[in-house]
Amino acid sequence: MASREGQGFAVIILTFILAYVLAVLPLPGWLQWARPEWVALTLIYWCIALPQRVGIAAAVFLGVGLDVLEGSVLGQNAFALVIVALLSQLLYQRLRVYSLWQQAVVVFILVGINQLICQWVQSIEGVSVLPRLFLLPALSSALLWPVILHSLRGLRRYYQVS
Amino acid sequence: MVVVVGLIVADLRYNKLQAARAVLDTLAYPVFWVADLPTRLSEWTETHAQTRAQLLESNDRLRRENLILQGRSQQMASLQGENVRLRKLLNSSALLRDDVLVAELIGVSPDPERLQLVLDKGANDGVFIGQPLIDADGLMGQIVEVGSAVSRALLITDVTHSVPVQVNRNGVRAIAEGSGELGALEIRHVSSNTDIQVGDLLVTSGLGGRFPEGYPVAVVTVVERDSGETFARVLAVPSAALDRTRHVLLVFTTRTARAD
Repeated sequence: MASREGQGFAVIILTFILAYVLAVLPLPGWLQWARPEWVALTLIYWCIALPQRVGIAAAVFLGVGLDVLEGSVLGQNAFALVIVALLSQLLYQRLRVYSLWQQAVVVFILVGINQLICQWVQSIEGVSVLPRLFLLPALSSALLWPVILHSLRGLRRYYQVS
Repeated sequence: MVVVVGLIVADLRYNKLQAARAVLDTLAYPVFWVADLPTRLSEWTETHAQTRAQLLESNDRLRRENLILQGRSQQMASLQGENVRLRKLLNSSALLRDDVLVAELIGVSPDPERLQLVLDKGANDGVFIGQPLIDADGLMGQIVEVGSAVSRALLITDVTHSVPVQVNRNGVRAIAEGSGELGALEIRHVSSNTDIQVGDLLVTSGLGGRFPEGYPVAVVTVVERDSGETFARVLAVPSAALDRTRHVLLVFTTRTARAD
């Protein structure tokens, strides 16, 4: 039992590391304005699937890690991801029975909130340039949600993470 | 919740987390390294899939280039001597010699509003905060965070960056501020009757003591003078290839070395 839990932990960690790599992968030109929020998406999935294991504490660590990678103010992404984790934990029972496109709409809203908070912190800091594009990542994230859901669900079932 | 808000305040308001950031930056190095793999791989295939003829051709071209550069640098020593003598006549301080360290880019900030680079050199190599960064064509930016083996540089076009410049033609001083876009700098507070033209080369003025004097920064592309406005609107394009360079040079001036 203990070994299985350990294995599950490793799978979760690996998916988050993969999300980090995708989050800093160099993208050409305009595409970086539409970069999906990989870390937020992964976090939402695990919050829905295993709300007893992945939650707000995980969100704080993930967020600080993302801040370091992005070079943003320490706590900016942590703050945003804590809110996202909180909302997904409140909604997980409902989200589980939603159809795929309904989930995608919720993901759009969640990532949108994430972006909004990041935008606020950045405008306090004074670096925000084109705030009108800040919802583009939310859109791309929502469009990618089915892919994320199926691949992570596949992983979770294959390794029996619980 | 309190923890994260505390973090934001501590970092933003009091700048208390420099040391922690340096450690975390080093921990982040593997992630950047992995994300950089595709680029590395394509570079590797490019170099290893070249034919013999291509290699010979490029070798030939580099040799010619080297010859030309050597020829140009022959006069460097005598010119430097002359410069020192003239400066002595003018009673100004001797020109400082700059040493450079080659660093490789391992990542760019994923946030398009934050124009930062991640480099593979850190405190172990003597990199320090505020160190100027150049490429073959001009000034790129300065170091803002240093880990033990990795550092983070802010580009001159970031909205939070400004650099003191002067027009190479006549020495008019100005401040070049980043616009947030890679291809544009804004020269602020230039009065409408200042002698500045399209095509003027802007070089670092050395004022403020952060950037050594005389590195090319940008070329003026737009000068709009409106008689109703106090200041002219002046835009410039950075000389350095900010979005293409993979190898950059970290500048050590003797003065900064002594100050440290």
